[in-house]
Amino acid sequence: MIRRREARRGGLGALAAVLLVLPFVLPNTYYLNVAILAGLNAIACIGLNLLIGYAGQISLGHAAFFGIGAYVSAILTAGQGWPPVLALLAALVLNGALAFAVARPILRLRGHYLAMATLGLGIIVAIVLAQEVRLTGGPDGMPVPPLVLLGWSPPGEAAWYGIVAVLLWIAAWLSLNLARSPIGRALAALNASEIAAATAGVDVARHKSLVFVLSALYASLAGSLFAHYAGFITPAKAGFLQSVELVTMVVLGGMASTFGAVVGAAILTALPQIFATFHEYETIALGAILMGIMIFLPRGLVPSLARLAGRR
Amino acid sequence: MLGLKNFLAASALLAAGALAFAGAAVAQAPIKLGAVLATQGGPSFLGDPEAKVLKLYVDKMNAEGGIAGRKIELVLYETNGAAADAATFAKRLIAQDNVDFIIGGSTTGETMAMVPEIERAGVPFVSLGGASVIVEPVKKWVFKVPQTDRAAVEKVYIDMKQRAAKKVGLLAGSGGFDKSCTDNARALAKTHGLTVAADETHGAQDTDMTPQWTKIKNAGVDAVLYCGFGASSVVVTKNYAQLGLKIPFYHNHGSASTRWIQGSGAAAEGVRLPAEPVLVARQLPDRDPQKAAGVAFGDAYKAKYNEEPSTFAGYAYDALLLMADAIKRAGGTDKAKVRDALETTKGLVGATGIFTMTAADHSGVDVKSFRMVEVKNGAWRVLY
Repeated sequence: MIRRREARRGGLGALAAVLLVLPFVLPNTYYLNVAILAGLNAIACIGLNLLIGYAGQISLGHAAFFGIGAYVSAILTAGQGWPPVLALLAALVLNGALAFAVARPILRLRGHYLAMATLGLGIIVAIVLAQEVRLTGGPDGMPVPPLVLLGWSPPGEAAWYGIVAVLLWIAAWLSLNLARSPIGRALAALNASEIAAATAGVDVARHKSLVFVLSALYASLAGSLFAHYAGFITPAKAGFLQSVELVTMVVLGGMASTFGAVVGAAILTALPQIFATFHEYETIALGAILMGIMIFLPRGLVPSLARLAGRR
Repeated sequence: MLGLKNFLAASALLAAGALAFAGAAVAQAPIKLGAVLATQGGPSFLGDPEAKVLKLYVDKMNAEGGIAGRKIELVLYETNGAAADAATFAKRLIAQDNVDFIIGGSTTGETMAMVPEIERAGVPFVSLGGASVIVEPVKKWVFKVPQTDRAAVEKVYIDMKQRAAKKVGLLAGSGGFDKSCTDNARALAKTHGLTVAADETHGAQDTDMTPQWTKIKNAGVDAVLYCGFGASSVVVTKNYAQLGLKIPFYHNHGSASTRWIQGSGAAAEGVRLPAEPVLVARQLPDRDPQKAAGVAFGDAYKAKYNEEPSTFAGYAYDALLLMADAIKRAGGTDKAKVRDALETTKGLVGATGIFTMTAADHSGVDVKSFRMVEVKNGAWRVLY
């Protein structure tokens, strides 16, 4: 256990170091912009990894929570004049309540059925966001006022980067701690076998609900911040493709690995940007890279590479 | 030490990634024109011809010596219409590519997502999106080419009145443009002495709109306006013909392409819509100031791509004209001066219309630039 704790500290320290160095090596604000988007995706992915990686439950509708976070922030600040921080908290409460309400019925399902149910949830939310034109602006989206913290508004990409970096580090720290807590061990147990876990005294339903709510909160936070940062939000960010992208990030980076979720998010956010200049091959290249990684590194990038390094 | 190793593996990957995309940087060039167009996915029928036109005419202008002696370098980013991607590309054009001018946002959603960054950085920007929200309220750096959906509705209503219609039926899809168009149609009905007697919508993927048509027919309307575009506009038209309806039927300018006529076949006969002059340039009378420009554009496009240009191709052409005109008058690419020049564009003859911008009007064309056309023997015929 001591070794593990050290490892966790080492990882978090290194994450902090990279987050600190990054703004000094990135050549201009466009790269910072990509880093910010990657950071926001990473926060959502760390949450989703708790659910998929640690607890072994699939969610194909996670962008819904991201979207609700974004839209609650947008609607409350733009329409009702709420302070952004209060709106962000309201989004967290609403998302938490929604996740809690659907968790018990949905998480009783397993495998394909769970995938279908979460998929349905995601699609319903995306349709509502696209149809409630008066509230959400419909498919063309709506503008979002800038973030204001105690009378201070982040003036540019650098300030935004700071906010996202700090929150990302806290998100990773919380996730790592949770994974090593009794709750985390209970999740690992029910991931391995629900019946065995229940026999050993783990309240399976309660733990599943808890981790579902937690992962929704991560997505909600990322969504609210994204809305304020981008200044504009469309229902596509809550759609099915977005949900799939989040899952892909987690799987690519490596399941049950917090840093894997961060790396997966960073790679899949940056790759389309790298390929943007030769866009004819973008989709093919992305697909080939994903297939290659899944064939040769089936456990995901970070766990597979760490294992290779550990063997030496 | 698993955590640290995990982390080292992770950082190595990230460093490799950062290097890879630092390599994608582009060198400095004379006049840098940035463009974000939806050439893939659903809105590709907009972005694809727009991208073709930009490539064609940037080459053409460069072959003729560029703008005021400076060559143009086009930096084009292609999307599938996703607003979030368009916003990132706008940042990239501004922060990394250091462009002097931005054209794009094939759709309203993309445009609106690009606007915050463009307004913040201050780069002259001409949008190709349709809805009126882009220029209402006026934004300092944002201009747009297409006539608004409101102007299209007005043109249709004027024609309906000439055919003595009193009760109008509306049919629309569920997209952003569709909704904006229907909103305008509801709001404008009263001022044109019409009442909306039927108001139906269909889903984006629907393959049969006969229920909606039946309801519209039973409402006893005198004319029908369809607010939508893309694949659904063909289905709607075919259903109309299958039911043997004789109600005067109007589309909006989103159907103004030969592809729509080809898709609808005989069902399209007799359908009217407001179209940009470029679509029917050859039929325009010689005294029409837009004829020469429209014919020249159509010929050049057809020579290169072997297809008739759609209305949307005309949008991109006009955006380029607006840019060239503004840079010439501003005497360079100073962003503030180019913006001021854009705002004082006067009587510029384009494919879409004759542009006259003011501080209060960043669209520059109005209902007058539309021509009412009717489908006759599988081709467009200008009515007036």
